[in-house]
Amino acid sequence: MQLYLPIADLPVNVFLVLAMGAAVGFVSGMFGIGGGFLMTPLLIFIGITPAVAVASVASHIAASSFSGALAYWRRRAIDPALASVLLCGGVTGTALGVWTFTQLRALGQLDLMIALSYVVLLGTVGSLMFSEGLRALMRTRRGAVPPRRTHNWIHGLPLKMRFKRSKIYLSVIPIVIVGIMIGFIGAIMGIGGGFILVPIMIYLLRVPTSTVIGTSMVLTLVTMLFATLLHAVTNHLVDAVLALILMVGGVTGAQFGARAGQKIRGEQLRLLLGLLILSVGVRFAIELVIRPDDLFTIRELGVSG
Amino acid sequence: MTRAALAILLVLLLGSAARAERLIVSVSNHRVTVTPNYSGEELVLFGSVEKEASSPADRKTYDLVVTVMGPRADMVTRRKERTFGIWINTDYRQFLEVPSYLALFANRSFEAITSPEIARRQQIGLNNVLLTQRVSGDYADVVPNDVFRSAFIRLRTQRGLYREDPSAVTFLTPTLFRTGIPLPAEVPIGTYEVEIKLFSDGAFIGKTETAFEIVKVGFEQFVATTARQNGLIYGLVTAAMALMTGWMASIVFRKD
Repeated sequence: MQLYLPIADLPVNVFLVLAMGAAVGFVSGMFGIGGGFLMTPLLIFIGITPAVAVASVASHIAASSFSGALAYWRRRAIDPALASVLLCGGVTGTALGVWTFTQLRALGQLDLMIALSYVVLLGTVGSLMFSEGLRALMRTRRGAVPPRRTHNWIHGLPLKMRFKRSKIYLSVIPIVIVGIMIGFIGAIMGIGGGFILVPIMIYLLRVPTSTVIGTSMVLTLVTMLFATLLHAVTNHLVDAVLALILMVGGVTGAQFGARAGQKIRGEQLRLLLGLLILSVGVRFAIELVIRPDDLFTIRELGVSG
Repeated sequence: MTRAALAILLVLLLGSAARAERLIVSVSNHRVTVTPNYSGEELVLFGSVEKEASSPADRKTYDLVVTVMGPRADMVTRRKERTFGIWINTDYRQFLEVPSYLALFANRSFEAITSPEIARRQQIGLNNVLLTQRVSGDYADVVPNDVFRSAFIRLRTQRGLYREDPSAVTFLTPTLFRTGIPLPAEVPIGTYEVEIKLFSDGAFIGKTETAFEIVKVGFEQFVATTARQNGLIYGLVTAAMALMTGWMASIVFRKD
């Protein structure tokens, strides 16, 4: 069944997009991530312009993180104080990100920056996660105990605050900075940022695993809702029809993914996720290096007069 | 001096000739409605060349050039170059108020209809249509083989939005003619101007104009219009839709 996407200006097969949403939803449910870093590239590969893909995926991630956040809220696995501090940074970062997005688009360098960010970010995070997963796997095989966590320099910063539910005592400075960073890259790259945020919160901020995923989902939810709104107001690039199909496929797929994820061990999950992230980064790198089919592109600046 | 005199003479000649023939044209539909499942259609332009008493009796064959121009828009053409091993947009040209749809039809090749000089002045052929560029502060059209201009025309032609067909106009009788105007699925909405230029023995002898309108209807168009005109409301509705979908999912798939 063909459907015409009003903003992307492209006819697509509804079942193809629905299947893509479900597949990404499955993966995201399995690893407990938003899946934006898979969804945005997939949309770009089927011919949707990077700008529309980034803007539309934001609302798709908002939907999947809301259903996730509701489940974590019922289990009291969200730290409201930590979430609000993160959000202060997140909202600022999103606004900055959308502004940068608009500027880059006017300069004609948006597609390049999106591709470059994917290569750098996914390449780094993917290899880190992959090597960490590999090391953890070796350790469990040898039967060694994981190294004990120690405090680091971050815990020496001023403006400390007590986060009751997470049972941590931490400076707000690194939390706000992390929020700004995630909001910024989320708005530019069309990702929720959960796959970066969760490791940062665990390894750098020492947030306990009981509250980390729920709290990061709240940040993802609010920044992505805000990004949707800003992209709609400034660039008019959010394709609601596309977003709705993705959401329906995504939330359904996520349920089955979550069940599948419980059957796999943590280290293996991290290894797989690292490999997945790395391969998306490599795919973008190849696109940048090979000669494009056409060196010229046209962009309409809108009907005049 | 002689050139000016020649020009005046030419204008006088053209002026008198233009009055000698009358062009009567009509399009099959003045308002084309594009629905969501529209996959392109063809509009038909009919017309006839009416001879008047003052027409020279020896004039027997006519040539026609039909130009269809969609709503005008500003566009940017960018070129990628290899920098530090990766392909980056480096150079660009801005095309000002160029037609978003442009089609040129004739009954035989443009070269056979008229001289290159008249073809240029009457903008016959994609190479001769005026496409204003902004080149470092100046506004001008450039030579037809300019890389940006030819890339622009090539890309628009690939999308079916620019076309040139020197055999699309058919004369049913020596004076009665018809031509099809193909409109692909992604035609821009707006008012389209149609210009019909009449030639005989290589000389331009008159023209007439008509127009049609393309409107899109349906849910998709409603979404696109709202997104452009009421960005805030559109964004709020999309955000609300995301929350609704997420909430529904959490109810449907609730485990306990």
